[in-house]
Amino acid sequence: MRARVLVRPKAGILDPQGQAVERALPALGFDGVRNVHVGRLIELDVDDPGRLPEMCERLLTNPLIEDYEIVESASADSIGSSAGAELPGVSR
Amino acid sequence: MSSSTSSLEKRHRQLGLTDGEYARILELLGRTPGDVELAMLSLMWSEHCGYKHSRQLLRRLPKEGRQVLMGPGENAGAVDVGAGLAVAFKVESHNHPSAVEPFQGAATGVGGILRDVFAVGARPIAVLDSLRFGEPSASGRSRYLLDRAVAGIGHYGNSIGVPTVGGEIYFEDSYEQNCLVNAMCLGLAPHDRLIRSAAAGPGNVVILLGALTGRDGIGGASVLASAELGEGDEAKRPSVQIGDPFTEKKLLECCLELLDRELLVSLQDLGAAGLTSAASEMASKGGVGLTLDLCQIPLREPGMEPFEIMVSESQERMLCVATPERVGEVLGVCERWEVAATTIGCVTEGGRFRVLHRGVAVADLPVSVLVDDCPLYDLEPSPPVADLYSGSDAVLTGSESPAQTLLALLRSANIASRRPVFEQYDPIVQSRTVRRPDEADAAVLTLGGRADSPAIAVSIDGNGRRVACDPRRGAAEAVYECAANLACVGAEPLGLTNCLNFGNPEKSHVAWQLTEAVEGLAEACDVLGIPVVGGNVSLYNEAPTGPIFPTPVVGVVGRLADARRAGRLGFAREGDAIGLVGPFEPSLAGSELAKLLGRPPVGELPTVQAAPVRDAHDTVRNGIRSGALQNAHDIAEGGLVVALSECCIAGGIGASVRLPDGLDPFGEAPGRGFIVSGSPAALGGFVVIGTVAGERLRIDGLLDLAVSELRDARERGLTEWV
Amino acid sequence: MKFGVVRFPGSCDDIDALQAAARVGDAVLLWHADHDLQGVDAVIVPGGFSYGDYLRPGAIARFAPVMAEVEEFGREGGLVLGICNGFQVLCEAGLLPGALLPNVSLKFVFRQVEVEVVSTTGPFTGACGVADRLSIPVKHTTGRYYAPEAELDRLEAAGQVLLRYAPGHNPNGSLRDVAGVCNERGNVFGLMPHPEHAVDPLGGSTDGLRIFESMRAHVEQHVLA
Repeated sequence: MRARVLVRPKAGILDPQGQAVERALPALGFDGVRNVHVGRLIELDVDDPGRLPEMCERLLTNPLIEDYEIVESASADSIGSSAGAELPGVSR
Repeated sequence: MSSSTSSLEKRHRQLGLTDGEYARILELLGRTPGDVELAMLSLMWSEHCGYKHSRQLLRRLPKEGRQVLMGPGENAGAVDVGAGLAVAFKVESHNHPSAVEPFQGAATGVGGILRDVFAVGARPIAVLDSLRFGEPSASGRSRYLLDRAVAGIGHYGNSIGVPTVGGEIYFEDSYEQNCLVNAMCLGLAPHDRLIRSAAAGPGNVVILLGALTGRDGIGGASVLASAELGEGDEAKRPSVQIGDPFTEKKLLECCLELLDRELLVSLQDLGAAGLTSAASEMASKGGVGLTLDLCQIPLREPGMEPFEIMVSESQERMLCVATPERVGEVLGVCERWEVAATTIGCVTEGGRFRVLHRGVAVADLPVSVLVDDCPLYDLEPSPPVADLYSGSDAVLTGSESPAQTLLALLRSANIASRRPVFEQYDPIVQSRTVRRPDEADAAVLTLGGRADSPAIAVSIDGNGRRVACDPRRGAAEAVYECAANLACVGAEPLGLTNCLNFGNPEKSHVAWQLTEAVEGLAEACDVLGIPVVGGNVSLYNEAPTGPIFPTPVVGVVGRLADARRAGRLGFAREGDAIGLVGPFEPSLAGSELAKLLGRPPVGELPTVQAAPVRDAHDTVRNGIRSGALQNAHDIAEGGLVVALSECCIAGGIGASVRLPDGLDPFGEAPGRGFIVSGSPAALGGFVVIGTVAGERLRIDGLLDLAVSELRDARERGLTEWV
Repeated sequence: MKFGVVRFPGSCDDIDALQAAARVGDAVLLWHADHDLQGVDAVIVPGGFSYGDYLRPGAIARFAPVMAEVEEFGREGGLVLGICNGFQVLCEAGLLPGALLPNVSLKFVFRQVEVEVVSTTGPFTGACGVADRLSIPVKHTTGRYYAPEAELDRLEAAGQVLLRYAPGHNPNGSLRDVAGVCNERGNVFGLMPHPEHAVDPLGGSTDGLRIFESMRAHVEQHVLA
């Protein structure tokens, strides 16, 4: 089972990377962009998806400063093969 | 028959070999080369690996000296620094990859030169970098390259724990299409840990250490470094090498432990042309042959073809040779350091390079064809018939006051403070650094924990604009200036490494620049008695608009008598006398002021008188060593008035000065003039031009500015762009 | 007095810490894969890029075998000093409150800064005076100290903020200018500046030595007691 863990900085914590990206986009001609945050993607094949939350809490994220969202895919294909929008996302 | 012949012919041209070179290959092998052999030959015979246009010329450089332990031809040169210690060092370019992907290009440039140094058994203890870009005020692309290259150098050097202790950056329109990224590394070893790369002992085992082999930089050497950059280099991006300093840190510690335990026969790093050049050069130096089995090589990508494996430039890999009895211990040390180690072949008699893939020989040719039989070309130098370079946009008209002129120079990109750059580098890890960037004209490092431990100094210098005016004198000036920087901290030069960054040598005016520059380097090295222990050549730095300024970059390592007496840049004490030392006869040709006035790099550079220059260097060095001099600073870009300003700013104190009659305040003559200060008694025999005093720089009849104003102008310069 | 300096794959300032500690007592390296603290009186978790800073700085190092011993040593009151990457490791391990985030500038910063000593009652700053200024270098990309506001209030009230960047010297945007914090008990201390790089007169400031001297004084007192 292929899973993706999306990690993002907790709301309320200063995110200078997000701010830098938000500043850079209009300079390239992209207006109407707000609320940019930059995080991290971890992809893995797991036999037991039930253990994912524990993995996130213990290693994959730092719960003090990060939130995460687990997105599971039925097949073990790589990221290009299924559109994220179609998947039943599981958020924590 | 004819169609397969013509497809082979086309292929050799695609790989960058000329028809003449291909014909020579056929002659040497007595048959048509296979695919893998052709790929290997195209890289070994490329300009980058084969030095086809420069090897003859480089023989002119002096390389002898009592202190030389390893000369040109090894992975790095090495000099004896006393107390049984050797310092190995070298400078290398990574220009073309940095133009394509500046972060990784600069990072892997640092990674590569680090490997060259620990390949000879020396622990890397310092890095310096010499960078050149287009004008940041005019070019978003150059700002981007500067930003990313600096970030890449910092990323690699900081992560691996080697301090970046010095460097230089120049901005000129000439480098807009062809940025220069030259990285220098110094390493430390006890004499008996220095190791050469010659493979030896038929029957000995060849082991590959480090990262997996992937498709990084496939064809990099021949495709990128031997051709002028044109349109469409975005498509070359998949070929860019990605560096991983963490892997290299483990590899470095592992290799040094293998050497400390005397487990290796030889060691070589994999750089340009990957396994092909590393293995063939090891074999060539040892007069032996090698057989490699590609199926043993751990791969990162599935389905890699044999030629891809042979020319991959995946980073962070080393090749070593060990006797069969030692292999187990070697693998054990590697496992402890979490470094992958795989037996991939053996050393053989007979001097042949054999490559096996699934039991079949996909290459089998004499090592000499790969390494020694690369054709060497005579340059056909002839001076340019017209000026090659135009002036940049004028920033000054010439009607400004001396004060305004000084502030403009302090703000200018080539003179302004480099703090926004060097604050991105760690200059102190390993706890050897005695003089950090901006504290003195050269970096100073102590080599042991005690007060009487040996100490070394290092600087890297070059000025393409001045070499463009006069390649012979301009190149000589780089050597004089570098040695002058060492004298300012109290060091005597021990050895020199050089990187020659030039345009297309097949054009006679570039060939002339190259020939003249090498002659100039040789002359200056002869005058000062500095041997050249190694270096690098980067050619074809040319855009449709023409070649870059001819840019020889030199790095010199020297030794101090006592690290506690290392010199400083800034004026120190109210009341000290200020002296001007040296046969300093400056002029405006090739100067920063001439550039700001919009003048092209044309004009005669001042001559150098050998004995007075040597005397001046000795005087400054001895004055610093004895403690008589409180500061020493060589006069470089911007001339005497800028140098005085820099001494005031660094010392946080002013000066009251009267210039010698007729001396051009902003004229330049690098390597020949010094500002020093000390008690009036200590400067008794010197030409005294003023006194350290107050909070302003006052130059009689010229200007009167607050030191704070000088500092603000200088600090501001690069902050807009970095 | 015997210091132990942990060495992870990727540690860079381990030897520097070893040399600094050796000016004040004996010092040995503690290999990451060993479970043996070699009877040291204090553990130093040094600066560098352990495990390449992969995932998050210190996130993987905290699970190294030796860290189980270091955690137990800390629980039992042993002195643990985390410098830069070491501070990050101790926060990830939960031995210290808060976390280190990327510098506001998003760039690596090297700078000689001044820190003010806030509290001198514990083993790490006992040899200093309150409001003393120490000149110590910083060199990091991920040094911005963060804890939720309520936690910061609590830490300050409890005297757990030992060092603060002097006005104008905060190089990374740390909240409340926090440069170093200790745990509730006061035996575990983490700081982003590098005291081991301010011990040699040849290099400039020797203010960092006072932290090592404080630790030695504390250990010696407890041996006598």
